Amino acid sequence: MKAAVIVFPGSNCDRDVQVALRKAMGQEPLMVWHKETDFDAVDLIVLPGGFSYGDYLRCGAIAANSPVMNEVIRRAGKGVAVLGICNGFQMLTETGLVPGTLMRNADLRYICRDVDIKVETSQSLFTAKYEQDQAIRIPVAHHDGNYFADDDTLAALEDRGQVAFRYCDAKGNVTPEANPNGSQRNIAGVYNETKTVLGLMPHPERLADPKLGGSDGKPFFDGLVEALS
Amino acid sequence: MKARVHVTLKNGVLDPQGKAIQQALGALGFGGVDDVRQGKVIEFSLQEADPAKARADVEAMCQKLLANTVIENYAIELDA
Amino acid sequence: MSTALANQQPVTPEVAREHGLSAAEYDLILDIMGREPNLLELGIFSVMWSEHCSYKSSKKWLKTLPTKGSQVIKGPGENAGVVDIGEGLTAIFKMESHNHPSFIEPYQGAATGVGGILRDVFTMGARPVANLNALRFGAPEHPKTRHLLAGVVAGIGGYGNCVGVPTVGGEVNFDARYNGNILVNAMTVGIAPADRIFYSAAAGVGKPVVYVGSKTGRDGIHGATMASAEFDDDSEEKRPTVQVGDPFTEKLLIEACLELMATDAIVAIQDMGAAGLTSSSFEMASKGGSGVELDLDKVPCREDGMTPYEMMLSESQERMLMVLQPGKEDLARGIFEKWDLDFAIIGRLTDSGRMVLKMHGQRVGDLPIDPLAEASPEYDRPWQPTPPRGDVDAASLKAGIGAAEALKRLMATPDLCSKRWVWEQYDHMVMADTVARPGGDAAVVRIHESNRGLAMASDCTPRYCEADPERGGAQAVAESWRNITAVGATPLAVTDNMNFGNPERPEIMGQFVGCIAGMKAACEALDYPVVSGNVSLYNETNGQAILPTPVIGGVGLIDDLDRLVGAALPGPDQAIVLIGETRGHLGASIYLRDIEGNDAGAPPPVDLAAERRHGDFVRAQIRAGGISACHDLSDGGLAVGLAEMALAGGCGADISAAQNTPETAWLFGEDQARYLVTSPDAEALLAAAGDAGVPAVLLGRSGGDRLILAAGEAISLAELRRAHDNWLGDYMAGQG
Repeated sequence: MKAAVIVFPGSNCDRDVQVALRKAMGQEPLMVWHKETDFDAVDLIVLPGGFSYGDYLRCGAIAANSPVMNEVIRRAGKGVAVLGICNGFQMLTETGLVPGTLMRNADLRYICRDVDIKVETSQSLFTAKYEQDQAIRIPVAHHDGNYFADDDTLAALEDRGQVAFRYCDAKGNVTPEANPNGSQRNIAGVYNETKTVLGLMPHPERLADPKLGGSDGKPFFDGLVEALS
Repeated sequence: MKARVHVTLKNGVLDPQGKAIQQALGALGFGGVDDVRQGKVIEFSLQEADPAKARADVEAMCQKLLANTVIENYAIELDA
Repeated sequence: MSTALANQQPVTPEVAREHGLSAAEYDLILDIMGREPNLLELGIFSVMWSEHCSYKSSKKWLKTLPTKGSQVIKGPGENAGVVDIGEGLTAIFKMESHNHPSFIEPYQGAATGVGGILRDVFTMGARPVANLNALRFGAPEHPKTRHLLAGVVAGIGGYGNCVGVPTVGGEVNFDARYNGNILVNAMTVGIAPADRIFYSAAAGVGKPVVYVGSKTGRDGIHGATMASAEFDDDSEEKRPTVQVGDPFTEKLLIEACLELMATDAIVAIQDMGAAGLTSSSFEMASKGGSGVELDLDKVPCREDGMTPYEMMLSESQERMLMVLQPGKEDLARGIFEKWDLDFAIIGRLTDSGRMVLKMHGQRVGDLPIDPLAEASPEYDRPWQPTPPRGDVDAASLKAGIGAAEALKRLMATPDLCSKRWVWEQYDHMVMADTVARPGGDAAVVRIHESNRGLAMASDCTPRYCEADPERGGAQAVAESWRNITAVGATPLAVTDNMNFGNPERPEIMGQFVGCIAGMKAACEALDYPVVSGNVSLYNETNGQAILPTPVIGGVGLIDDLDRLVGAALPGPDQAIVLIGETRGHLGASIYLRDIEGNDAGAPPPVDLAAERRHGDFVRAQIRAGGISACHDLSDGGLAVGLAEMALAGGCGADISAAQNTPETAWLFGEDQARYLVTSPDAEALLAAAGDAGVPAVLLGRSGGDRLILAAGEAISLAELRRAHDNWLGDYMAGQG
């Protein structure tokens, strides 16, 4: 598998995801600067977490209009897998590659902590190494992760199985108490219609190493490598 | 020409910041305040002198960048 | 020479006084200049000679602190201290206050405090790897406390989260004595290769002086003099001088500077912190024995019509000054343009020994560098020792409320409650190397792509410092050293942030002198030198001073992260052993203050030889696998320490075995040099302690879902957790 990580000037999880990919792939991912308009063919494009261009207007809004993003959108259209984590998820909603949007957390505060999320399906490139309905522990770190979409969009998402992850308790129960940010239907991640594009708020790259307190994020990357190699 | 864009949340979209402001106003003793909605104002000057063209430009800016039309409405004011 | 450019205002002793200069200082200025200074020159003197920049009240005493050791590469005097961490790497760190700005505008004050300390560290060539914050607020019931706490925490998060440096530790405390002057002390730790450390001394006639980063605006003018004056009721009117931070630009600046530092282009580099362009250019020229000529027309400005006075004194954030090797300008410009940052050559080094400022072809300022730097006033302010207090006799205390109830109450006090509400607003995991997260004794950050780590913590017990400054100063250092030791790390060195009231009052100066004496003794005994620091004086409002607060930021090294231990009880059936001697010292304790409502008594004595012996023993045992969890005992003593370990591990414990010390003193006394540990083999641990001359006693075992403290005195973990976890969140939601 070949992977590219898009590096925006305010990205700050680019190195973290680079390390996780390197460990899973056994080779370096391509690091692509945001001013590039073309780069080598890859099987996976990652939009990493951070504050792309400061996020002063709306998170991910300026990144969604950056030079490199046209190319990302073009390749996503051709079926290349795209993964947006946190700020990357915000970019994906701003470009329309996945539906909905991410608003300020319901209690208005930034939140950084481990949360449990339920894997809605193992039938995707990204979740093949998990069981359906498995609860995995992955950290979130965001100020704007409150997933919103109108009722029709939500209904369509559910019908097509586009909800990837939901916030849950340690046993996998999707409860209001387990929702850290006010997201509708506890949604933590969504796919596009073909499940080749995934945006999620939690950071699997942050718990892919037992030294850091857990490795529930590791199968995420291992599964991608297996699916795309 | 000066342009001023008001970006506000659409009706029906939860506005936690607006809610917080409303609660804070209540706590400060300003009773009877309801339906607080917050938004932002973006100002800039334009070289375009033709109001119709200017409006079309700003409209495109709003669609493309300044507002997230999934959740936000916008209103444009132009001053010659 | 022309004074046409906004230097028109005639300079009089009255104007000098408005700039915070005394009559004697103004006379000295006239001597040095040989004429009356113009307004620009006076402004430069005033910031360079402010307490904040010149350390004029504290210098005499700071010089007495130990600053050397085989681990020290660079002690105080640069932007930050540098210590050797082996394998060709160094740790570079410093702590700095942003107290006054944070009180006036908490979000921006705290945010720019974080930005400033980050620049101090990456200026020297280090990639910042961790931030810590020691915060002190007024009484919870004070009407401003909630607003200040919310703003400061949001500001620290807003800045640190965006630049992508994890905020991994610190302290949050409350006391009515901070009602009018909160403390925001920010610390950054960075890592740099030992052969690529950058300093501020600039030499070489003709070399270009380069300005990079954000543009200069009118913000923060006279921040340095504001930080050197007491507050009165009008201080909130000073709001316009507070700077606004731009963490995104800071992130760009970090990356651009580190990219340039990988080349050989930089001769010297200095961040523009307090007193902005003035102090950075003076510092570089003075240290390098050079002169400097600046063309102020070239300074990138955000606003039109800025005067030389405003440009030289602006404290706009996210700016750096560099001297480059001639011929490397284009290389450097290319890097800064790649990151969309301003880059301007604004002057040259000269051999005149003077700072010459030009604008519109005119000379608007001309000052001698060395005399200004060297003649900066140094005061031996009169000081008065703090009268000693007597010990508190445990037997004289009122009838207690029972140990379990007391413990539950203490765990829900503002000082001892869980600070999760705070640190969950900080991204403490970005960079994916945070091995020990906030909430333990020390945070631990892995050295990237290695199995080694840096341990770090901040400590101070202000109520001890007030009761007995010398003991308090020693205790702050000792507790820092213990916190680093408790995770298994070797303590290396400290940075200090000295927060005090008005030094012109002898009793305040006496607190400062006493704390320094205690710190000196402890740093020497523990081989724990001071490599950087900051002083914040005049923390007073309407004559009411803060508690003396010398915050110690400590850094240590773990060579093998597989040997790291935490404070959480590792599960049931572990032997719980108390290391160190318990006399039951209750004077100036949290128990006495928060349960008995009495802040009397002397703080616990600090036996530095015992600290060293006990700590070295604990560390060796951790490394040998003889200890499976470890927690330093401090505020609240044994009972609070055990409760914290139990909550962190989700496991109860029984320590009900009879003791010789009266129960309250035994459980809540704050004797120093103690650690609470668990061991897979208590017999071996006790035998080793005996051999090492270290007091150790088997207290009981872990297990169950409650803490059993004494016969019939038990409390469930669930009840304890509710009390401990909820106080701060409820308080901030207005329910506290």
